[in-house]
Amino acid sequence: MNLDKVLFGFFVLLALTLNVGFVYGDIDTPEHHHVWELFAALVVSLIATVLKFGDRSHLGAVLLASSLVADLHLVAAALVWGLNSQVFAAASEPGVVASVVSLACGALVANLASVILLVVETLTLRR
Amino acid sequence: MEKVLFLFMRRMRRPLVLLISVYAIAIGGLVLIPGQDDQGQVWHYDFFHAFYFFSFVGPTVGFGEIPYALLPQQRFWVSLMLYLTVISWLYTIGKIFGLVSEPAFIRAMQEARFIRAVRRLQEPFHIVCGYGETGSLIVEALSARGARCVVLDNEPARLDDLELANLPLDVPRLCADATNTQVLIEAGMRLEDCLSVIAVTDSDAVNTKIAVTTKLLMPRRVVMCRAESSAAMENMASFDTDHIINPFDVFAEHLGLAIRKPHVNELHRWLGARAGRKLAEPLLPPKGHWLVCGYGRFGRACRRYLEASDVQVTVIERDAESFAKAKDEGLKNRIVGSATDPEPLHEAGVEGAQGIIAGTDSDTDNLSIVLTARAINPRIYTVARQNHRAEGELYRAARLPLVVEPSRIVAWRILPLATIPALSDFLARCRNQEDDWAAELLEELREEMGRRAPAVVSLRVAGADCQGLRHAVGDRAVRIADLAYSPQGETMPLVPLMWGRDGKYTLRPAPAQALQAGDSLLLATSERMAHRLEWLVCHSEHWGSAPGTQTRLRPPQAA
Repeated sequence: MNLDKVLFGFFVLLALTLNVGFVYGDIDTPEHHHVWELFAALVVSLIATVLKFGDRSHLGAVLLASSLVADLHLVAAALVWGLNSQVFAAASEPGVVASVVSLACGALVANLASVILLVVETLTLRR
Repeated sequence: MEKVLFLFMRRMRRPLVLLISVYAIAIGGLVLIPGQDDQGQVWHYDFFHAFYFFSFVGPTVGFGEIPYALLPQQRFWVSLMLYLTVISWLYTIGKIFGLVSEPAFIRAMQEARFIRAVRRLQEPFHIVCGYGETGSLIVEALSARGARCVVLDNEPARLDDLELANLPLDVPRLCADATNTQVLIEAGMRLEDCLSVIAVTDSDAVNTKIAVTTKLLMPRRVVMCRAESSAAMENMASFDTDHIINPFDVFAEHLGLAIRKPHVNELHRWLGARAGRKLAEPLLPPKGHWLVCGYGRFGRACRRYLEASDVQVTVIERDAESFAKAKDEGLKNRIVGSATDPEPLHEAGVEGAQGIIAGTDSDTDNLSIVLTARAINPRIYTVARQNHRAEGELYRAARLPLVVEPSRIVAWRILPLATIPALSDFLARCRNQEDDWAAELLEELREEMGRRAPAVVSLRVAGADCQGLRHAVGDRAVRIADLAYSPQGETMPLVPLMWGRDGKYTLRPAPAQALQAGDSLLLATSERMAHRLEWLVCHSEHWGSAPGTQTRLRPPQAA
């Protein structure tokens, strides 16, 4: 067992699970989507990205790309949320919540791609 | 390069993860701890304000407690986190500085910069491998003539010399092993603009490796090599190295030439010098009996060429093994002993000898030989081999008529090959001409140019029938002499050296020779006129190649 691999798998998977946790629920109901979960998803996604740095293989490059896509979506979601809550005081509007959640949903797809790639790589590993 | 970048990113993982984690913990904690607003109401930091707060607290230790004064429990948390964020920033920045100042990283950056500089040259260039005594002379002379160079050497100190050399053109350089194929490719060996690869390191093995690499990967690239042993020369010739220059052979050839045909040799000196330079006194080594001290590679080459010039040669050699070799080679006059002592010199007949060559590989011995011989016979013609450039002062003080500097000889041979190949071809043909012929040509050059070295220009007629000069000559065909036409009516010096048509070359063509498309011309002229001709070539669509491409014109070598 390689501790690096454990940490890597842990963060990649955690990024996906937190993301699902945030997105799960009615798309425009504020009560179903907690800001803490978005925060955690963003932080874990950033860490997962950094862990993917410096891998020379083709798979490593694709993993990094998918992680960057997820980061982009989550940062955009956080920006939309932050702007609406601080500047326009409209964070609980169904339209705003829907756009935050749909952005996070995009990140979810990217994280899913990451996990699938990771699983495929693990399966092709010969013992 | 790529490898180092990946390594950099990999090493940045830990500090970046630390930084992200510390910020996440700090922000999360601040959001959780309840505070108070200015009306005394319970107020929680939201994520936005917590992020804002730590963004300035982390790196700068803050503007103050924004937006409301903190409660003691918040201050506990912030003071703890303040230390954590500052430490993680210091750790990250330290790591970045450490990586950037790592030798591997600096090297990779230099390499990347070198590759970019070579790609950005965008004009024909030469790759010079080895920036020693020979390499520095070549690079300096090529730059002075406006030709671009790329330099490879594995000694950082030598490249520092290049940095301080104050050359008129920027020379991309890399400290790397030129025997490495990748390094040669990075230096642009595969680029279309690469004219030649010049291998002048001080090791025959390295030069051979450079030549074989270039010839295998780019068979049509011109390769010029310095070689000192005959084994290396044969090896290089076996894979079609274009020009193999053995400094000892070249010197001996010219010494023989100077004895046999002094004017032909003089012609080499005139046309090889930089345009406009004042010419040195002619070399006139005497015929008769010569002593050769030291029978190594240099001594052997001298003996061969001297004997070919009907000179009687006596060899003095200290080493018994080399001496035995001299015996095998059928040398009749030979003496064992050190030529730094008077006895062997007496024995060899120094009193009656016309010339002496001090050709050992020790500068001290060579000077000592020459001074001893001169003390016995003050009228003797002295030739000494100078092994190190740094000893130049001593050799100048000894006032020798002829000093052999291998590095200078190689550079002098390579220069015309690299800049004006047609000139090398012309000189090779001259060596087969009679001395009177060369004397006449020298006389003509002297009349036109005085005692200054002429500028040599190589041209190819590209237009149908030289319409660029049509307005000047009227209806008749353009002749060589018409090139000297000047709108101001001045007479410009112009001596045609060689004229080529359909692969046939004529030396000293008549000025009345008519020109047509495809003809190649080699002219000796003044510096000003050379610029004018280049201008004519560059600015008229009817005249061919630009100066840079002239060098690609390669007439077949003389048989």
